[in-house]
Amino acid sequence: MERYFHSVTLDADKCCGCTNCIKRCPTEAIRVRNGKAQIISERCIDCGECIRVCPHHAKKAKSDPLSIIENKKYKIAIPAPALFGQFNNLDDIDVVLTGLKEMGFDHVFEVSRGAELVSEATRRLMAEGKLQRPVISSACPAVVRLIRVRFPDLCAHVLPMDSPMEITARLAKKEAVEKTGLPMEEIGAYFITPCAAKVTDVKEPIGSGRSWVDGAISISEIFPKLSHVMDKLEQIEPIGCSGLIGVSWAGSGGEAAALLNEKYLAADGVENIIRVLEELEDERLRELDFVELNACSGGCVGGVLTVENAYVAKARLQRLRKYLPVSCNHLEKDFLPKMMWTDELEFAPVLNLSNDLEEAMRMMEEIDRICAELPGLDCGSCGAPSCRALAEDMVRGEARKSDCIFVLREQIQDMASTLSSMGGFIPKHHTEEEP
Amino acid sequence: MSCIKMKYEVPGDDFTRAGEASSMVKRKLKQLGYNPDAIRRVAIAMYEGEINMVIHAGGGVAEVEVYPDRVEIALIDQGPGIADVEMAMQEGYSTAPDNVRSLGFGAGMGLPNIKKYTDAMRIDTEVGKGTTMYLTVKAK
Repeated sequence: MERYFHSVTLDADKCCGCTNCIKRCPTEAIRVRNGKAQIISERCIDCGECIRVCPHHAKKAKSDPLSIIENKKYKIAIPAPALFGQFNNLDDIDVVLTGLKEMGFDHVFEVSRGAELVSEATRRLMAEGKLQRPVISSACPAVVRLIRVRFPDLCAHVLPMDSPMEITARLAKKEAVEKTGLPMEEIGAYFITPCAAKVTDVKEPIGSGRSWVDGAISISEIFPKLSHVMDKLEQIEPIGCSGLIGVSWAGSGGEAAALLNEKYLAADGVENIIRVLEELEDERLRELDFVELNACSGGCVGGVLTVENAYVAKARLQRLRKYLPVSCNHLEKDFLPKMMWTDELEFAPVLNLSNDLEEAMRMMEEIDRICAELPGLDCGSCGAPSCRALAEDMVRGEARKSDCIFVLREQIQDMASTLSSMGGFIPKHHTEEEP
Repeated sequence: MSCIKMKYEVPGDDFTRAGEASSMVKRKLKQLGYNPDAIRRVAIAMYEGEINMVIHAGGGVAEVEVYPDRVEIALIDQGPGIADVEMAMQEGYSTAPDNVRSLGFGAGMGLPNIKKYTDAMRIDTEVGKGTTMYLTVKAK
């Protein structure tokens, strides 16, 4: 088994070795080698940027097939609120939830319910002053992974609380045990996911040793069948139990607004969030209490496994939540401590040159030296995202200087001029004597 | 002892580029796996110094030397100089113009913050000639 599970994978047959993905990766985790993209596993945060940008659809997000639900006797769908934004003219969440039941699930429990509990728990902890401010949301797993590899100082600011998905799976399964009398092992909770990072988060959770979720099925896989089923429903079951707070988590700003505190910042899109994290790291945003960051533009509705445009989905959610109560879920006594992470978020120094500072300094001097000799075009033709990244790869022993086509061209030019000057040295009488 | 030297021009005519040098330095220190607390202090102190050079001195040069046990920063400008260093070191004292204040700068915390985040700070200044500030951050 590989050391790291990643939802984001490459279909080598479709990859033509272009530079689109290497240039966009926020952790410089992709190189083109031998004409194909390769993902540097320990650096990948599963944000899905490469999937979004690949014109050949060679980057894919692996998720579980719908058939995975057959593994368990009692199957619960736990849909992300982003799912509700995928359908045109929807004015009742129960239509979607009933549709999921028709598709073979025994029960449906919306993740927006868990989200409302996370909002309440966060409000409470912040009021008690128990969190390091500004608190950074931990709901987007790509953000948590980005902080873990690039922002060591901010690890302590990340909200050490399970995500709405985990809380929801846990509550749904507990409820099912009580209702059905089945043992926990026979109950499965399946997340209907808008993004790749959540798939990874189920297989390799951060913060708590295990995930309560038994599978992650993509919205894009479920969508065609579900919309078909929804059209044919005869009766709508009253299943939903989410308020506008929970449903609003689907879009950027929803989680932050639910804290009912105006000292917040909500940013989305991976480049934007990196800029915010840089400022946070330099303590330039001291006036904030809470920072919500979503790796996808628009928030979860912008995930790569959705079908609808993020902003269209967001507009639909605005209409959907219009007549919803503010919140339908409230913390039961003693539940809050169970929501907290058991493990601390630890910095993973995968981008460091070396664990030994002196060695790292020697390497950096070498990188600076090589970098000055490269053309500085950052063209990506060598397979690395920038000239500096190529210099780093060379110092790490993973690339050669002649991978740079400009350096190679110079070398060929030198060789050609050497050859021609050598040709000019042939003594004259030698050629005259030829027959 | 090994040492990595970096030199950055801090342009005085483009306020939107202020902070670039310190963020480059931060990036390199991170890649070195440098002491995180020292990185944070270097990033903040140098950022404040850089902003000062842009606001008051029309830019300048930042020279950084990274040693295994410390980072030395020199911020060199040919600006107006500081008439009263003691006064300038006081929290809340500022000579920044209104236009930068409206961006949230010029609160008179620049120099006090630099002092707070560094282990050593020296200011050589002459009115009409310019200012050079030497900062040391130790990696503890």
